[in-house]
Amino acid sequence: MERPEAEPLGASDSCQAGEAEPGTGLAEEEPGGGAAGTMMEDCLSKKIEITVSEAEKRTGRNAMNMQETYTAYLIETRAVESQTEGQCSPPDSLWRRYSEFELLRNYLLVNYPHIVVPPLPEKRAEFVWHKLSADNMDPDFVERRRIGLENFLIRVASHPIICQNKIFYSFLTQEGGWKEMVNETGFQLKADSRLKALNATFRVKNPDKRFTELKHYSDELQSVISHLLRVRARVADRLYGVYKVHGNYGRVFSEWSAIEKEMGDGLQSAGHHMDVYAASIDDILEEEEHYADQLKEYLFYAEALRAVCRKHELMQYDLEMAAQDLASKKQQCEELATGTLRTFSLKGMTSKLFGQETPEQREGKIKVLEEQIHEGEEQLKSKNVEGREFVKSAWTDIERFKEQKNQDLKEALINYAVMQISMCKKGIQVWTNAKECFSKM
Amino acid sequence: MINQYKFEDEPELRDLFITVDDPESHITAIETFITYRVVTKTSRGEFDSSEYEVRRRYQDFLWLKSRLEEAHPTLIIPPLPEKFIMKGMVERFSDEFIETRRKALHKFLNRIAEHPTLTFNEDFKIFLTAQTWELSSHKKQGPGLFSRMGQTVRAVASSVRGGGVKNRPDMFTDINDYMETFNQKINLLDKISQRIYKEERGYYCEMKEYGPIHTLWCASEEDLVDSLKGVASCIDKCCKATENRMAGLSENLLPVLHEYVLYSEILTGVLKRRDQIQAELDSKVDALSNKKAEKDLLTEEIGNLEDKVECANNALKADWDRWKQNMQHDMKTAFLNVAENNIHYYEQCLATWESFLTSQTVDLHLGEDSEDKP
Repeated sequence: MERPEAEPLGASDSCQAGEAEPGTGLAEEEPGGGAAGTMMEDCLSKKIEITVSEAEKRTGRNAMNMQETYTAYLIETRAVESQTEGQCSPPDSLWRRYSEFELLRNYLLVNYPHIVVPPLPEKRAEFVWHKLSADNMDPDFVERRRIGLENFLIRVASHPIICQNKIFYSFLTQEGGWKEMVNETGFQLKADSRLKALNATFRVKNPDKRFTELKHYSDELQSVISHLLRVRARVADRLYGVYKVHGNYGRVFSEWSAIEKEMGDGLQSAGHHMDVYAASIDDILEEEEHYADQLKEYLFYAEALRAVCRKHELMQYDLEMAAQDLASKKQQCEELATGTLRTFSLKGMTSKLFGQETPEQREGKIKVLEEQIHEGEEQLKSKNVEGREFVKSAWTDIERFKEQKNQDLKEALINYAVMQISMCKKGIQVWTNAKECFSKM
Repeated sequence: MINQYKFEDEPELRDLFITVDDPESHITAIETFITYRVVTKTSRGEFDSSEYEVRRRYQDFLWLKSRLEEAHPTLIIPPLPEKFIMKGMVERFSDEFIETRRKALHKFLNRIAEHPTLTFNEDFKIFLTAQTWELSSHKKQGPGLFSRMGQTVRAVASSVRGGGVKNRPDMFTDINDYMETFNQKINLLDKISQRIYKEERGYYCEMKEYGPIHTLWCASEEDLVDSLKGVASCIDKCCKATENRMAGLSENLLPVLHEYVLYSEILTGVLKRRDQIQAELDSKVDALSNKKAEKDLLTEEIGNLEDKVECANNALKADWDRWKQNMQHDMKTAFLNVAENNIHYYEQCLATWESFLTSQTVDLHLGEDSEDKP
């Protein structure tokens, strides 16, 4: 049977939520499902300017008291108003390392399960082509990571809901004691159980079609972008080869020109242009890495999308289990009350074998069950509400995400075209110069 | 001024036009071999007809080359494509191999036709005009290939034993030095160019896979269909352009460079043969100063040899100048062609990406709320 939206199973006395209970998020001071209610103007990104302006190598001692090298990033924040007034007030700043960003993100994931949380730049360099270093300490990698981290912070600050989170704000502004503050929220416990649940396998009896489709979409997105990035890396590798081998012409032309009288000058100057050509590929491919990073962001966004779907599945499963449990308790109760045994039960069998229970015993059992049923009904009610609120706010965020994705990817593709155009223009320039030199041979 | 060699004028003055085409496989009980069709069109009086069509196999070309070398030991005889290629594991009768060989054989005959002396060689004429059986019988008449080869080998060996030539004119020492460096450089250029071709081919293969992924992506993104399809189409067009660029390399630069690699070896041989002729003279002169008897005989021999040396030197000098000019012209043309191909390649790619960009920005202006783009 096709189920509309998130109509819960077996919710015979499902009730309408009187007030919107804050069942969607466990974060502090955060309005319930009213995601759509927050205006863009309230977004943190409009109030403060955030940059990750520097990266620095540091050495320190890790948790096991071993010496380690890591990179620290400088986060600078500056109130937007102070700039429009023409003053250039110095920004507030503090240093954070990648693992702290990870901590922040995990916190957000746990506390905003209905939000497609922006991803971090990759932990390790993937989809490398031969020249690009896979080393986390490589300056190019660090630079791209710096940009990625800045992008992450801006994304979070631009999100109508999560930008209001106090832990996030402290991340930006409070250097000391932030880690302790996060850990004190106790989110780690929830994180562990969440992780376990996300990885568990279970079957939902009546899945929500929209979320199923969304999960399918996120799988496809991940698969196609991975494929694209892999092949792009191979294309880059070959392109690098073509350009660099031309550099050899430079050297040989120069040596050859030494024995030629008439051809010498033409050869020598053509050789110089071949060197220029060979050198030009480094910048071209470095720029293309930024394009690859834009695609990678959406590769990781696909995971975030899947996490939201998974959470919904979990809630749905939980709801179904609760409803099932309630139904079976009710049935038990009914059986006890009417004395009929409709379903097989061990208790029933044992009582047949060892004699009937006394009316007092039965009364006692019924009372307990009635209490449990009442509790169960209340729980089911609130789960229903939770479920509906979740779906509502998740879907709002998913719509927001879709718009953002379409715009960003379109822009990325345009950027790619711009890069190709630039590469072609450079190529025309160099070869036109070379042609002139050859014509003087 | 020297560059202005009358090469470009040649077509009007040419009276001998040769093409090599239509490779055909022949299978006999003993062997399998390929023959090529050689078509000659001429207005020269010494040819009985104005048009000839014969079939020749690689062996026949080898024969012609050796005959020309015998007749003109100090002229620069054009190179033949190699007997077989060790590197690259190219199958002997693969299409690529046959086509490369055909083009080289075509070049070989045309080079001879354009050469002021070689073009009038009798064996050349027979090669172009005789039917297969006629050529066979003519081949058998001439002095044995092996006897001639043996002589050359011994002569070269003796000149080497002689420890170089004492009286070699400076001009030929200069040429020798030049050829040493040229040899090195041309071999390097050949390798570099082959490598570039390989990389371009690798790039082409990857691009072929790259484009369609964007089309595949379209299936799950209805809002991005135009952009993705646009990018896919651009990449495909660039792919085609790469194919053209590669073809340009394999049709022009690579054969030219390879020919000059072979020429390099030939020139080394020609210089040695000249040295050997000189060595003959020198040894007779030494003999004269040592032996008092047979003076008259030796003097006469020396006189002949002196003429021989002078002829050889002049022939080589003239041919060297001609070769040098051809080389400059061929290199210039070949590299100009490379530059033009690359310009054309980038222009094609530029046009396709620019038109994509235009279509996208038009959409953006029409569709969206404006957002300042850098």
